[in-house]
Amino acid sequence: MTRKRKRLLVVLLGLGMLGIASALVLFAFNDNLVFFMSPSDLASKGAPETRRLRLGGLVETGSVAREADGHTIDFRITDGNSAVPVVFSGVLPDLFREGQGVVVEGAMAKNGVFRADTVLAKHDERYMPPEVADALKKAGHWQGEHPSANAAQAKP
Amino acid sequence: MIAELGHFALALALVLAIVQSVVPLYGASRGEPALMALGGSTAIGQFALVALAFVALAHAYVTSDFSLATVAENSHSSKPLLYKITGVWSNHEGSMVLWVLILTLFGAAVAWFGTGLPPDLRARVLAVQGMIGAGFFAFILFTSNPFLRLEPAPLDGRGMNPILQDLGLAIHPPFLYLGYVGFSVSFCFAVAALIEGRVDAAWARWVRPWTLAAWCALTIGIALGSWWAYYTLGWGGWWYWDPVENASFMPWLLGTALLHSAIVVEKRDALKTWTILLAIVTFALSLIGTFLVRSGVLTSVHAFAIDPARGAFILLLLIVAIGGPLILYAIRAPSLQGGGLFAPISREGALVLNNLLLTTGAATVFIGTLYPLFLDGMGGDKVSVGFPFFNRTFVPLMVPLLIAIPFGPLLGWKRGDLLAASQRLIFAAGAAIGLVLAVLLLVKPAAVLATLGLGLAAWIGTGSLVEWSERVQLFRAPLKDTLARARHLPRAAYGVTLAHLGVAVTVAGIAASAWESERIELVHPGDSVSIAGYDLRLDKVESVPGPNYTADRGTVTVTRQGAPVAVMHPEKRFFTVQQMPTTFTAINTDLLSDLYVVLADGDGKGAWTLRVYQKPLVPWIWLGCGVMALGGLASLSDRRWRVGAAVRRGRAAAGAAADD
Repeated sequence: MTRKRKRLLVVLLGLGMLGIASALVLFAFNDNLVFFMSPSDLASKGAPETRRLRLGGLVETGSVAREADGHTIDFRITDGNSAVPVVFSGVLPDLFREGQGVVVEGAMAKNGVFRADTVLAKHDERYMPPEVADALKKAGHWQGEHPSANAAQAKP
Repeated sequence: MIAELGHFALALALVLAIVQSVVPLYGASRGEPALMALGGSTAIGQFALVALAFVALAHAYVTSDFSLATVAENSHSSKPLLYKITGVWSNHEGSMVLWVLILTLFGAAVAWFGTGLPPDLRARVLAVQGMIGAGFFAFILFTSNPFLRLEPAPLDGRGMNPILQDLGLAIHPPFLYLGYVGFSVSFCFAVAALIEGRVDAAWARWVRPWTLAAWCALTIGIALGSWWAYYTLGWGGWWYWDPVENASFMPWLLGTALLHSAIVVEKRDALKTWTILLAIVTFALSLIGTFLVRSGVLTSVHAFAIDPARGAFILLLLIVAIGGPLILYAIRAPSLQGGGLFAPISREGALVLNNLLLTTGAATVFIGTLYPLFLDGMGGDKVSVGFPFFNRTFVPLMVPLLIAIPFGPLLGWKRGDLLAASQRLIFAAGAAIGLVLAVLLLVKPAAVLATLGLGLAAWIGTGSLVEWSERVQLFRAPLKDTLARARHLPRAAYGVTLAHLGVAVTVAGIAASAWESERIELVHPGDSVSIAGYDLRLDKVESVPGPNYTADRGTVTVTRQGAPVAVMHPEKRFFTVQQMPTTFTAINTDLLSDLYVVLADGDGKGAWTLRVYQKPLVPWIWLGCGVMALGGLASLSDRRWRVGAAVRRGRAAAGAAADD
């Protein structure tokens, strides 16, 4: 086999591989992109059906209630203008608190309750998820950066 | 005073780095031995200066000198000594100092061990290393100076994030950085070769050990990070496809590809331009990885510092460090002539396939990691890309790669015989099919994909052993001959077998995660939770003091059909300085499975929520990484890399254009 044909073969193989990868990426993007929404977004646009979402805001003060089984928790996420009821079954992260910024992932149920399967509260109490900060700014309830927002990092 | 000394040492190191990036390069182009040799002295000098700065910073942490802003931000007088020391690199500024410490360490190592290199290549490599150093010293001094003073000094510090106060995480960054920065050496060699316009087998022989060393360190670093996430976060997961994890995984994927393609350059003098490109891109991704994490632009479960002031500098550094070499590559690469020809079915062909799949896999991870950032930057929607994306893109690309692993070493150079290789692998195929059938019949609940994953692991594992037994003529020659062959087999061959075995072990660990079980229950002391045949009784929860925290400490007695197995102590710790709770999981392992117990919230009326996992084979995930790294080390100890051997071989290669 000549050098030219060998190179052509490798290039074709590479292009084929790239093609397969692009197809995989596009298909995966189609189903698996998770959009972030704030409670106000949900109120104005409504929830896309059967699609996974990330919902972010502050845990409304006084809204956290634990059901009798001990691990199902109801609470509300607010951005100051609207609030969305959330139900989550499992163990909450250590830093989950009322008034704290959180992001939950899951889907909107028919009854208007957000069923979360993941609750992300950050590793550092001084940290505010950037999407939540943006959502609060948009809703006009941004209190300003904590003076020590320049916090330690969890992982290099 | 000591801090000022450290500050001054860093400034001097910047000056030395600038000298090192100019003078040896000029010397090499003019053929002036004295100017070329200067690079070695400045490299060692830089290392000494940065070591001094690092010690000065560590001194400030150990003595709790809160007049330094970084110490006040990240340390506290009540912290145990160990975490005062590791606290040096658990924040942005300090970790950048660790980064340059390792960078200059590698520079000094090239100066020390590189005495056998042609002087002009050595000078150019060190010059490129000096440029990287200069960029980083400037970044530290102008935007992230750890030696800035506070006036007035606070009485005590703000403390370190409690979840970082852990030994596994303490040693994770140094290993990760050894890996990232280790790839800078192959990068420097690649850029030096482009400047010279010459790449030969000898060049590959000099690059390979550095790549191997970096790869081993990065493998261990990633495994440590994953293990840390597993036992600290209390979610029982070991990999989240989190951007921060991906940032270290992409250089690993490309580093693995580089490791394999450099073999082809060394043995067959082919794939030169491709290997150069890989060396550049691998380090580029290490840089991007460092900065993605450090600049805090990505949304992640990890906490981040956000400082837009650093952004411009980082972007500039990335453009120069990646764009420059790529332009040089575009100019010079066409003039690098490829050497040996090979048929598609051959060892070289297998290594090309390995490279194609690994780089495509890295590309999908890259897209998944950076697409949300890109979309946000374009003013689009805020999205996140989770593990389903990676399972659907990355995993399908890795499956053919894993299937191909046992074939590679069995194919001959130049022209291989696929049929003969397949015949030798019949035993491995039998083992894999046997395991799949056995698991399908015996293990409930049935999980088809995971079972196939276990079969794949058996295929790779036995396939690697088959290759070894072929080499030593196991059962074919008399035992004495076999033992003699095993003894004389080069360490590099053992390296290949071990590293591929490690892959098999890790794949098995990952596949078996399909059979894990989880229980979350609210229990009163005295009550039990049953999981996978084990009974876990919560005996009591008591309050115990720690050095800088107080903890609710549970006592959980584990029995299996009445027979005692273990007593476990999960804790919920409350760090007083930060007013922050953390989870301290209790893990009981027999290396075949883990019992994982988390003490979650109490209901305030005496009952506690227990989260319990039983995870079969999960320790194999990290065990396999250890075996892979061991394989890399075995390869690294191969005779042909020994100091002296490289010199002789190097001269021989410089004399005759090609050998081997």
